[in-house]
Amino acid sequence: MSATARPSDPATWREQTASLGMWVFLATEVMFFGALFLSYLYLRTHDGEGVAAASTHTHEWLGTINTAILLTSSFTMALAVRGAQLADRVPVRRLLWATAALGVAFLAVKGIEYGMEWREQLVPGLRFGIEDHASTAALFFFLYFVATGVHALHLAIGVLAVLWMSWRLRRPPFPDWRADEIDVLGLYWHFVDAVWIFLYPLFYLVNLHR
Amino acid sequence: MSAPALPRSYLEEGYTLRSWITTRDHKRIAILYALAITAFFFLGGAAAAIIRLELVTPPGDLVSADTYNKLFTIHGVVMVWFFLIPSIPATLGNFLLPLMIGAREVAFPRLNILSWYIYVLGGLFTVTAVIAGGVDTGWTFYTPFSTLFSNTHVVWAVMGVFIVGFSSILTGINFIVTVHRMRAPGMTWFRMPLFVWANYATSLIMVLATPVLAMTLVLLSVERLLHVGIFDPALGGDPLLFQHLFWFYSHPAVYIMVLPAMGVASEIITCFARKPIFGYRFMCYAILGIAGFGFLVWGHHMFVSGQSMYAGMVFSMLSFMVAVPSAIKVFNWTATLYKGSIVFTAPMLYALGFVGLFTIGGMTGLYLASIALDVHLTDTYFVIAHFHYIMVGGSVMAYLGGIHYWWPKITGRLYNEAWGRMGAIVIFVGFNLTFFPQYILGYLGMPRRYHEYPPEFQVLNVLSSAGASVLAVGYLLPLLYLGWSLFRGPRAAPNPWNARGLEWKTASPPPKDNFVETPEVDPVPYAYDPEEKTA
Repeated sequence: MSATARPSDPATWREQTASLGMWVFLATEVMFFGALFLSYLYLRTHDGEGVAAASTHTHEWLGTINTAILLTSSFTMALAVRGAQLADRVPVRRLLWATAALGVAFLAVKGIEYGMEWREQLVPGLRFGIEDHASTAALFFFLYFVATGVHALHLAIGVLAVLWMSWRLRRPPFPDWRADEIDVLGLYWHFVDAVWIFLYPLFYLVNLHR
Repeated sequence: MSAPALPRSYLEEGYTLRSWITTRDHKRIAILYALAITAFFFLGGAAAAIIRLELVTPPGDLVSADTYNKLFTIHGVVMVWFFLIPSIPATLGNFLLPLMIGAREVAFPRLNILSWYIYVLGGLFTVTAVIAGGVDTGWTFYTPFSTLFSNTHVVWAVMGVFIVGFSSILTGINFIVTVHRMRAPGMTWFRMPLFVWANYATSLIMVLATPVLAMTLVLLSVERLLHVGIFDPALGGDPLLFQHLFWFYSHPAVYIMVLPAMGVASEIITCFARKPIFGYRFMCYAILGIAGFGFLVWGHHMFVSGQSMYAGMVFSMLSFMVAVPSAIKVFNWTATLYKGSIVFTAPMLYALGFVGLFTIGGMTGLYLASIALDVHLTDTYFVIAHFHYIMVGGSVMAYLGGIHYWWPKITGRLYNEAWGRMGAIVIFVGFNLTFFPQYILGYLGMPRRYHEYPPEFQVLNVLSSAGASVLAVGYLLPLLYLGWSLFRGPRAAPNPWNARGLEWKTASPPPKDNFVETPEVDPVPYAYDPEEKTA
């Protein structure tokens, strides 16, 4: 890093500063979810059989559909970021809308899934009926609801941010600092997607081959 | 031809409450934090006062056991999260960091004021918990008591801590990006003041450790509310998992509390010994080393918890190793003093007190890091004395030293130096009288968190409580004479201490944008000369 932190190009400076801020924030998010993953690791090493048995109660089809939805939303987000770099306002808006819509679709599917889990008595502490490996199943679903719930909260915040960004773009011009903001938003969105990519196999795909 | 008019100071940019509460000026935000943390300091101090009053006599005759549990809990919660952790970074750090690197602002001013709002919100949650009847789990919230058995307002308090953690995280993000991206031309990393290095390393810890606590508190709260969770042994969960997660944050947290204090000490000692810091680069590496190693030692809080004996040995060894960079710093401060032209101003008294008391506290940490000794000393007053020597004898003294040192810069006024020195001495005496007997009490076996004790411990407890009353006077004194100086103190020049550092190259108090023009960076930091006078 040179002695002058500010290069002659303020646009580059701004972009890199915003980006650094978001990366540092994402590091905090990694540590936040990390504590959850550690707890999961504890449970899985403590009673792997029980975790596998509990995992059979998850709704793999819904989880898989959600994975496809979220990955696609990352695709539309990446296209939006690229469009923003090219200052292509109208396609960027459409892509942001698509991203938000896919995010909302994910949350809707998640809501349906939670409803099914409620009816099937899979909510520990409130409505829980699993008898096979009951204790571990209770802990598994405790972690499932906390992990997917916290993830859904992050996704909801992301959806709102994407919608707000799109709203701000409703009129020209498209100032170049918007591209920085969308880039940084993209980083956040991809992070939320990446968390799901870890959650999905850990909760839905345990010993699925059996 | 007249000289161009000087810009207004940041204090004159708006006199309304609204101009303060909606400010984006890092200097005003620093003051908002200072006021808030001072209020919490006296809240935590009031709890301590009642504790020390109870402990004057062996029987538990002033308050019930339950009330006593609530008192030490709120003392810890408030002092750790609402006073010590924000203290130097959010007040002195916020004010000085941009000035010291020649910047006009922090990287994200709106995040900065948001962090203060979040702090206040977290504080409200915690105060609500206190008013609603308090919490009795200890500031450590150990499971299964906190999740399954306590009948107090655990979730309110825990949510307050959860919320205030985000204040820390935002401050940390801001400082990291500011230091990386907003240094003035010529301000290379190895020309930065050690105060900046210290706050930078502290920020790294804040952003990496605090989220772990956040998630742990979420897990605790959900478990408490649903009566099922990963810390419940009846379900195959592990209460020790809570301790690992909690201390994985809380040990680095103590370095959040001490590193900025070390930064302050380096600034003050160089100025009032009129010497460059000895071993500047080693001081930088030591700061980073403390931050890094601090993440590896959490298990030393759990030697008797039932964790693996082999893990214990590794944590013990690492805890010895983390003392090395701290010791390097103490040696370097000492070497800085050697052959300096020492002036015993109030800030210098605080800084010297910091070095001595931090050293004592740090060395007793080594006793606790020795597993065999810890088996005897853990959960006794020895531990309490150890961490109070570092947190209070160390961090609080450094904080007060920094407040005095930079008071002219922040307020544009000079405080009365005689009162300043007196305050520092009263605090030093009161502090040692309060906490030294506690080392002995702990060694003799008096447990912590007990509201009653066997009669043979009374003399030492009375000494400690007497010390606490002296300490209370010591803490009230600065409120009085510093407050007085705001109205009647002489106006301060830009550099009343003849100090080095960019913050002294602008007016006291500074204008809103810190510098009239971008300052010229000194090629060497701490370019002091012992032949020269302090103003």
